[in-house]
Amino acid sequence: MHHVIIGTGPAGVSAAETLRRLNPGSKITMIGGEGEVPYSRMAIPYVLDGGIKEQGTHLRQDKGHYERLDIEVLAGPVTRIDAQHKLVELLGGSAVNYDKLLIAAGASPVKPPVPGLDLPGVHHCWTLGDMRVIEELAQSGEDVVLMGAGFIGSIILEALKKRGVNLTVVELGDRMVPRMLDETAGGLLKQWCIGHGVDVLTDTGIDRVEPDGERLSVHLTSGASLSARLLVVAAGVKPNTGFLTGSGIKVGRGIVVDAHQQTSLPDIYAAGDIVESHDISTGEVSVMAIQPVVVDHARVAATNMAGFKARYEGALAMNVLDTLGLITTSFGLWHGTGSGEQAMSLDAENYKYLRLEFDGDHLVGAQSLGLPEHVGVLRGLIQSRIDLGPWKQRLMANPHQLAAAYVACTNGVC
Amino acid sequence: MSWTKKILRVNLTKGTCTSEPLNMDWAYKYIGQRGLATKYLIEEIDPRVDPLSPDNKLIFATGPLTGTAASTSARYSVITKGPLTGAIACSNSGGYFGAELKSAGWDMIILEGKAAGPVYLHIENDQASLLDASPLWGTSTWHTEEWIKNTHQDPMMRVASVGIAAENGVLYSAVVNDLHRAAGRSGVGTVMASKNLKAVCVRGTLGIGVRDPKAFMEAATKAKKVLAENAVTSVGLPTHGTQVLMNVINEVGALPTRNAADVQFEGASDISAEAMREVRRTDGKTNLIANQACFGCTIACGRVSKIDQTHYTIVNKPEYWHASGGLEYEAAWALGAATGVNDLEALTYANFICNEQAIDPITFGATLGAAMELYEDGLITDEETGGVKLNIGSAEALTTMVELTGKAEGFGKVLGLGSKRLCEKYGKPELSMSVKGLEFPAYDPRGIQGIGLNYATSNRGACHVRGYTVASEILGIPEKTDPLVTDGKAGLVKAFQDATAAVDSAGICLFTTFAWSLEDIAPQVDAACDGEWTVETMLEAGERIWNMERQFNLAAGFTGKDDTLPKRLLKDAAKTGPAKGLVSGLDKMLPEYYQVRGWSTDGVPTADTLGRLGL
Amino acid sequence: MQKALAIDAGKCTGCKQCELACSFEHEGIFNVVRSRIRVFIFEEEARFVPYTCTQCDQAWCMQVCPVGAITSDPMSGVKSVNAATCVGCKVCTIACPFGTINYNAGSGKVEKCDLCGGDPACARECPTDAITFIDAGLAGYAKMQDWAARTDTAPQAAS
Repeated sequence: MHHVIIGTGPAGVSAAETLRRLNPGSKITMIGGEGEVPYSRMAIPYVLDGGIKEQGTHLRQDKGHYERLDIEVLAGPVTRIDAQHKLVELLGGSAVNYDKLLIAAGASPVKPPVPGLDLPGVHHCWTLGDMRVIEELAQSGEDVVLMGAGFIGSIILEALKKRGVNLTVVELGDRMVPRMLDETAGGLLKQWCIGHGVDVLTDTGIDRVEPDGERLSVHLTSGASLSARLLVVAAGVKPNTGFLTGSGIKVGRGIVVDAHQQTSLPDIYAAGDIVESHDISTGEVSVMAIQPVVVDHARVAATNMAGFKARYEGALAMNVLDTLGLITTSFGLWHGTGSGEQAMSLDAENYKYLRLEFDGDHLVGAQSLGLPEHVGVLRGLIQSRIDLGPWKQRLMANPHQLAAAYVACTNGVC
Repeated sequence: MSWTKKILRVNLTKGTCTSEPLNMDWAYKYIGQRGLATKYLIEEIDPRVDPLSPDNKLIFATGPLTGTAASTSARYSVITKGPLTGAIACSNSGGYFGAELKSAGWDMIILEGKAAGPVYLHIENDQASLLDASPLWGTSTWHTEEWIKNTHQDPMMRVASVGIAAENGVLYSAVVNDLHRAAGRSGVGTVMASKNLKAVCVRGTLGIGVRDPKAFMEAATKAKKVLAENAVTSVGLPTHGTQVLMNVINEVGALPTRNAADVQFEGASDISAEAMREVRRTDGKTNLIANQACFGCTIACGRVSKIDQTHYTIVNKPEYWHASGGLEYEAAWALGAATGVNDLEALTYANFICNEQAIDPITFGATLGAAMELYEDGLITDEETGGVKLNIGSAEALTTMVELTGKAEGFGKVLGLGSKRLCEKYGKPELSMSVKGLEFPAYDPRGIQGIGLNYATSNRGACHVRGYTVASEILGIPEKTDPLVTDGKAGLVKAFQDATAAVDSAGICLFTTFAWSLEDIAPQVDAACDGEWTVETMLEAGERIWNMERQFNLAAGFTGKDDTLPKRLLKDAAKTGPAKGLVSGLDKMLPEYYQVRGWSTDGVPTADTLGRLGL
Repeated sequence: MQKALAIDAGKCTGCKQCELACSFEHEGIFNVVRSRIRVFIFEEEARFVPYTCTQCDQAWCMQVCPVGAITSDPMSGVKSVNAATCVGCKVCTIACPFGTINYNAGSGKVEKCDLCGGDPACARECPTDAITFIDAGLAGYAKMQDWAARTDTAPQAAS
């Protein structure tokens, strides 16, 4: 049995390890796209801010990890899947046959249609390659503009700020991280960043970018312009489904899979940022490019590939962000159902905010800002659909009792 | 270490909160908590000050072991000049508040002056501020704690507060923390309310270090083992709480009953620890729900009870259907034996109200017992009581009056004076079972002679926890003495008083001393703290503290003549039990006590004594 | 045989000796907010519930760690954080449905119960045997693991 995995990110590596555990005798091949040791994009900002060395981004830290597990790692990228002949073609023309295939090729950053984004000095912060360029350009004291204060933008924001650059963030939305935080939390986060010396311009877009010698002139929709050495573009990501054209694999927003993570073709599975998931909160289908979902996909896909049964019951949206020391999280239907009750606790002065959203007796969504501990129980409360009983009213009075609520409800203290 | 070496000084008049360093010279002499705070108080106030004037001060103090892994490290004390007595007042409490205060980085809080309007003190580590308590004024401690936690959206905040009684001048109001732990006696809560201070809330996340962590853990672990292997601290107290004593003390004929008219109570078993564990016929449940520990306590004597929901007191009050602090021995005695009431559920309800409104159940019960006697003697009329029949043994009288006293309404206002003032008001001062204005608790000096000497000489007024000779005279700890004789009691009382002063100053609970001696405690203090702490230095500090308190009282206007007992104990012999025919032999013990204390024949510490103790 | 913490909340008195022991073991001071075990106190119900990581099989924290900083000891089953590798991204803190892995702003790392390397201080100091360290098969984890299963979106194959 030969398992082939396209992609060496968290989904690929998790799947490979699961396969090795369940199918000890099989052959496992992972094919990367960048020619790097399998690494985590999530860790890139921590190299930029000096917290770790580049090696610290590697998904597995022990030397010889893949050799020891007898997992072959090939450089790709894969250019085509031939499902009929059960093979994948690599750049350069070589091919690898498979018995079971997992597509975990991830996503790529979006480049919005803004004139000038192809100029030198404009970069994404997505790959280790991008990171090395940014390390070079974002020296202390340099003027840097960051396009996008979404989830990824906000992580990069912290890294750039810690490098000591003069940072301006430009965000089209009316607040920071609009897809994860409500007006209150997003507004507080903006205020926090400004207080920590970052210029945050919301409701502002970039109109065009022009060269200015070694520098860039970044023209904003407001009419103002900024001079910068570096423009970092963090305007969202899209699944890397381009190479699937003509393969027969059904693609919607991402690759369409069933509850076993199998694609529309037999023996071909998919996992990670390239896949559509069923959102258990909304009932809708979307691409949820978040680590907990990605590794769950991988485990389910690999389990099925190995010949065992596993179902994926759907994804819970959850995010955590640390922006210059202010920690924010969001879970599930953080904006509420529209008809359920909510509990809100705001201490703007001390940057503390907690919002819980209920549907009847259940917690369905939450967001927190500046909440230090036990945040994981928000996942437990939401995903287990715990009947809150008397704790709902207690949480309405003081939502900070959520850990107590979880412990109480799971220990029969109701 | 293990002092935080920081004091929070709060001037309520000016609205300021400032940090100042702890006087370490004093710390080495007075340890902490009771001793050290008393030193500060004495240095800072005029002993003759009106306790309820802005010139009195109120100190919340932790000890060096508070908040550490030493067993029973929960303790803090509230020190002030007491309004019920005019004497030094020091009330000690457990729960979680004290450790939280210490973990916020404070050895003590000195509160001075008086706020213009209701305030509460909010402490989060080194940040302290006074906030508006107008919405809390006129509300209970239970409401106050919930309101503060919700307002600050912090369920982990610890709150110590006063109830409606204190606001309205009930002279024996307590400071209640963690819903049902109390700095109960002497009216320390009344002083707090007189300053317009409704509550102190604290969140401490800094933690507590010790001088020599390894040695400390060894000493603490060894000492915890001693508690675990002692029958009283490992079985008796966790199983029955202090209530284990109800039947014991009744049997030895030392249970003051019906305002100390009797020394045995025929209803004792109905209100005992054993009764609390019995399945009720009415609802098939037990009164006692659980035992609860204070912070760090490996004994866990605390009672948690639920009142019978069908009981008349709460049948229409679901707000009292939850579990809360149950009867400890002193409360059960005061609310029960002292009033002749044997309805366990009524007692439990009264106890809940005492916690909710922060009143001292000992003084309340004893005062009600006196009022009942005055009522039966026709000196208190139905008109005065609002039609409530104050008959001895009436549960309805108990539960109605606790409600009225808790809110200082109607006849509750009169009961709020305490027994001394109440009995004086009706021209029968001799019916007040008090010393220096503080009602004595649940041990009758006719049946336990040594405790009578302790009551008479205790610096805060009649008190069992200033020199608990019951341990020796009844329980045989550390060795058995005959409760019915006076011989040797002077030395025994002094030894208990001095050791207790050291224990109360260290940040741990007196109940450890059922198993621990200073041999177990000193090594823990020594490993935790700078300085040299041995059994000898701790005992000397204890004696120093005792004499310092005595000097305060003398300066406040007390004399040796106040070292006495109610006439009933000195003249009316016990009618039943082993002590039948006996009165207290105080007259035989007191002169010897003065002598072993190194005091003059009229009870004043001699210059030699003061010099020896460095006072 | 793997050993595990067995928690019998019915025996707990709420004394927090476990929290003191844990914070001392890991931080060298007495500070219950730095403890990896926490006793939840429910006053109105008179219930005291010690609560910490169960070293669950699902190990969401370990699965989601983007840099492999959380590992499972094959002998003991303990999931522990390698502080040198942890980048402080906190994804594990939202992924663990029990909320028993937490971020320490002081160190910039996450921390969780590591069973003190095989001699858990909390169990050692518990005066009532509410917390004991016993064979995993006997440990009273069943209830918590039920809840784990209810959260699990990706059940493992029988393995």
